[in-house]
Amino acid sequence: MNLDTIIFAISAVVAVFGAVMMIGQRNPVASVLYMIVSLVAQAVLYIQLGALFLGAVLIIVYAGAIMVLFLFVIMLLNLRGREDLGPGSPPVSTVTKFVVAGLFVLELGFVVWSGVFPESGSTGIQSAAGEFGSVKVVAELIFMKYLYPFELASILLLAAIVGAVVMAGRAAVTETDGSDDDDPVEEQTVDEVHG
Amino acid sequence: MWEIVLISSLKVVVIMAVVLTGCAYATYMERKVVARLQHRVGPTYAGPYGLLQPIADAVKLIFKEDIVPNRVERITWGLAPLVSFVPALLTFIVVPFGADIELCGRQIKMVGSDLNIGILFILAVTSLGVYGIVLAGWSSGSKYSLMGGIRSTAQMISYEVGYGLSIIGVILVANTLSLRELVEQQASVGDWFIWRQPLGFILYLTCAIAETNRLPFDMPEAESELVGGYHTEYSSMRFAMFFMGEYANMLAVSAVGATLFFGGWQGPYLPPVVWFILKVFLFMFFYIWLRATFPRFRYDQLMAFGWKVLFPLALLNTMVTAALVML
Repeated sequence: MNLDTIIFAISAVVAVFGAVMMIGQRNPVASVLYMIVSLVAQAVLYIQLGALFLGAVLIIVYAGAIMVLFLFVIMLLNLRGREDLGPGSPPVSTVTKFVVAGLFVLELGFVVWSGVFPESGSTGIQSAAGEFGSVKVVAELIFMKYLYPFELASILLLAAIVGAVVMAGRAAVTETDGSDDDDPVEEQTVDEVHG
Repeated sequence: MWEIVLISSLKVVVIMAVVLTGCAYATYMERKVVARLQHRVGPTYAGPYGLLQPIADAVKLIFKEDIVPNRVERITWGLAPLVSFVPALLTFIVVPFGADIELCGRQIKMVGSDLNIGILFILAVTSLGVYGIVLAGWSSGSKYSLMGGIRSTAQMISYEVGYGLSIIGVILVANTLSLRELVEQQASVGDWFIWRQPLGFILYLTCAIAETNRLPFDMPEAESELVGGYHTEYSSMRFAMFFMGEYANMLAVSAVGATLFFGGWQGPYLPPVVWFILKVFLFMFFYIWLRATFPRFRYDQLMAFGWKVLFPLALLNTMVTAALVML
């Protein structure tokens, strides 16, 4: 048993434990915390695989930025998770979620199975190239091979951000006016009357 | 295998001991320097020149009553001080503090771990530091804590962007992410990256102050508005943990700044470790000097400054540097 195996075992167990606990919590903050635990453990796994850049970015982007925003929203709304969760979900959605979860487990099982016993499945897991996930390789993929798709994706994100800002700005105008009307045209006239 | 574990553990223990002592004496330095800047003498009673003051403080804090308010979320509340303290310590793992040495016939690197993504590791760890404050603010069940927590989250996320971008200039010039190689490239004073990245350095300094919540950016704990901010409900050692976390953070950004812009441990005559500590405490002195000089920003000024001044400047710096490197 070498050091790699021990580290892998610990972080794998922690990652799965965090993911399971995240779903099982009623308190939204606890959920977010378990998700961070799971993400950090996953980052350790990435780094063990030699994908140093992916591991670091997983923490910087997901654990460091997105999860903080989640917590920020939870804090602003001051959710404490003590409220009654209300009636259970309708039967249709119960069936759907079990079917989807089952399919996902099957798929995962197939991938793992074909990885462990390569000849039984048609396509086994192919181990990544040695440098996969390092800064240089990722940079070459993003900025040379897939430059245009990458830039298009960032423009899409930019459009989404601008849209969000426009919608939030409209809500702010409604609040300062003190009128409950949702029609922006009427709001403008109200604004003009008030000077 | 056990040899690696042993050497790594030893390094970690030494680094932790040095950083914790550094934190303790940073508080002493802060009190002395601020006192001098305000025509006072500062602590003098405990030991010669008051040198034992940090120990007296620690003893006092340990023996204080640990008050747990009724409305706190126990587990999260107890975890928050640790969460704000540990990431600050983690930064020191990748910061090199001396040249390689020979010991018992084997090469020992004077760095906790020479990751070749050292700078990314620092950014990752820094981005986790905000959780301690967020969790403390949320779990305290008090409006002052909550306000302090929300403020500081917004502030730290905003300034993290500038912090990361200000470092990218150095990375572009040096063409490496390993802190050890960065130091090796700055062998003489003329090679220091501050000369090639003057704007980057100013941006780094500003963002680092905001990241560590120091004056003039100490919104999260603005006493006049928020009592104590996120740590209002903490007492005794839990409070001390936040305090140490803040100082460890200051030391961390100082150490990273010294490594990125001032050649790390490189220097003539004196041993490398001494040079490194000198450079770090030069940064610390600057911090304290600022604290004694400037009043606190207003919150909206702070956010506007972060997004409308620092962020575009950092982008500009990155662009110009990238263009120059390409040429």
